[in-house]
Amino acid sequence: MLDKVDVLIIGSGASGAAVAWSLADTKMRILCLEQGDWVKPTDYPSNGRDWEARLFSDFAINPNRRARPTDYPINDANSPIKVVNFNGVGGSTIMYTAHFPRMHPSDFKVRTLDGVADDWPLDYATLEPYFAENDRMMGVSGLAGDPAYPPHQPPMPPLPLGKSGARFGKAMNQLGWHWWPSDSTIATSDYEGRARCINLGHCTPGCAQGAKASTDITYWPHAIRAGVELRTMCRVREITVDVSGMASGVIYYDAEGKEQFQPAEVVILACNGVGTPRLMLNSVSAKFPNGIANSSGLVGKNLMFHPYAQTYGYVDEPLDGNRGPPLCLWSQEFYETDPGRDFVRGYTFQFGRGVGAIMEAIISSNAGRLPWGEDHHRVYRKLLNHRITLSAICEDLPEEHNRVTLDPDLKDSSGIPAPKLDYTISANSLKMMDHGIARAKEVLAAAGASNIAVESPVLNAGWHLLGTARMGTDPERSVVNEWGRCHDVKNLFIVDGSIWVTSGGVNPTSTIQALALYIADSIKQRLANLFD
Amino acid sequence: MQTQDLTADEARDLRALAGMIIPASAVYDVPGADDEKIFSDILRNLERDRDDIRRALSHLAAIAGCAFADLEAEHRAEVAKAFREVGGAPLAALVRVVLLCYYRDDRVMRSLGQEVRPPFPKGHVVEQGDWSLLDPVRARKPMYRTVD
Repeated sequence: MLDKVDVLIIGSGASGAAVAWSLADTKMRILCLEQGDWVKPTDYPSNGRDWEARLFSDFAINPNRRARPTDYPINDANSPIKVVNFNGVGGSTIMYTAHFPRMHPSDFKVRTLDGVADDWPLDYATLEPYFAENDRMMGVSGLAGDPAYPPHQPPMPPLPLGKSGARFGKAMNQLGWHWWPSDSTIATSDYEGRARCINLGHCTPGCAQGAKASTDITYWPHAIRAGVELRTMCRVREITVDVSGMASGVIYYDAEGKEQFQPAEVVILACNGVGTPRLMLNSVSAKFPNGIANSSGLVGKNLMFHPYAQTYGYVDEPLDGNRGPPLCLWSQEFYETDPGRDFVRGYTFQFGRGVGAIMEAIISSNAGRLPWGEDHHRVYRKLLNHRITLSAICEDLPEEHNRVTLDPDLKDSSGIPAPKLDYTISANSLKMMDHGIARAKEVLAAAGASNIAVESPVLNAGWHLLGTARMGTDPERSVVNEWGRCHDVKNLFIVDGSIWVTSGGVNPTSTIQALALYIADSIKQRLANLFD
Repeated sequence: MQTQDLTADEARDLRALAGMIIPASAVYDVPGADDEKIFSDILRNLERDRDDIRRALSHLAAIAGCAFADLEAEHRAEVAKAFREVGGAPLAALVRVVLLCYYRDDRVMRSLGQEVRPPFPKGHVVEQGDWSLLDPVRARKPMYRTVD
């Protein structure tokens, strides 16, 4: 048996890294188990001529396609949206676009304001200092003064507008609609040892320059220097409990595939909204026959994505294409509930700068826009670098039938049962997506685009995995309390997107990390009576 | 030429089809996807799509009633059209591999005015843009809902 640690964190991604760094100043013995490995900057696709092609192989965004030994399979056949993730030090911050909006104040009070779902047991004001601390740690670029948000000051200037951004800006002004440079975790100046962005333009599958903040280069170097141990290639099978029903540690498979038992005083789950319920449901005992900390029956339920409705078109001049970070602007014009619409809640528009040569060819071929034969070349030349895109990222409300369970047959390479998803897009979300498509067409028309096309929902867009171990004050209606501790197991915490009560309509990483820092602070403030 | 995971007949059919999807063009001074160098790249990169591509080629041969590559040019075009109209994941996989190898060939990229290099370390220049475009938005009142 291995030596007991004070705190065992499972998962080294957005939330695991933040909580590890924050707890490090307690001088407790902290260990993080990560099923993946470190990724070297020299391994990222933008180092080589096959940079785009690798999006379809070892840097595919869909883990079932990527199928690295460090990945686990996901049965997503019964979902119109497929899971996107990455397994390695840094987790899915390795494989994200670095778009970094915060949740809005209204997102925490949807029951009070709109009569749907539930309010969160905390609010924007509570998280505000943690948002700011996280912005500093991750290194956020952006522009102060956005009327869609309470005031905040990103530490670096915004990403460049570019030709594509200017085209969108003019169109939005013509319509009188809000737009603003996105908060982004791409460094626009040298920042805390990270080199500034040089517009590699292929940000999603890792940044060879190190300008994009993934937690392997932000939180983890600080946490490790402060004494946290990060053990890679360790896949956790289950959380164990003692006779009193407290978590006693975990059983995991090490890099050689050998089964290990790691005892711990406190266990913190940071495995995302699919990985965390999977592990909890796999942690069955006499005390918890339906999975650990699942007396509410809600572990795995209320899965929320953000359904993406994407609309794009082509303009008559070459724009930025793949040059520069793909996302640089947002619009919150349709974010807050409007009683005049046939849906509640709202969405963010993300503006896409463009795509590379291969992506343009593949997308246009699939859409039937790109002919076979001699005319292929002429048509392709009118498409390449002429595309502009808007995606409505829609708030998804919680519904218990949207859920993660364990697949009865599918297992990962360690023999651990894999997650199975059952998910449908709600009527409210579908109306919201339709609204987003209609507004996007107006934007594209104002931008002078033609040849308009729609992909809705975007298939491989299950980036945001939320809600499957929700937070609340009522143990019968939630899995964790208002500071992340499981109601049923008082030394088991969850800090990832699983604990979200509602999804908002923004990319969640900023809020996930602010929540993780808040929970870490809550733990630190209660160390003397943490299990009371 | 190594055929890797395909039989010689499958590779011959794939090459013939690739040349129909993207033929060489004197107008644009580009090779076709059946060019020796590009097609070798295609064969080396079947990877995760190998099974789908074999299924697609089997379907293509079934429509053709014989080896696709053995058909007369006119008949080939009819078969290819019918094949494309049926669609499906195997065909999409086949076309994807053809495209991702074609659109990284140096000759093709030069013809498109693209630099023949990876993004790193040189990067790209993106103009900063005119931020005064934001002035009308800056003038707006706060638009987020307050929560008390």
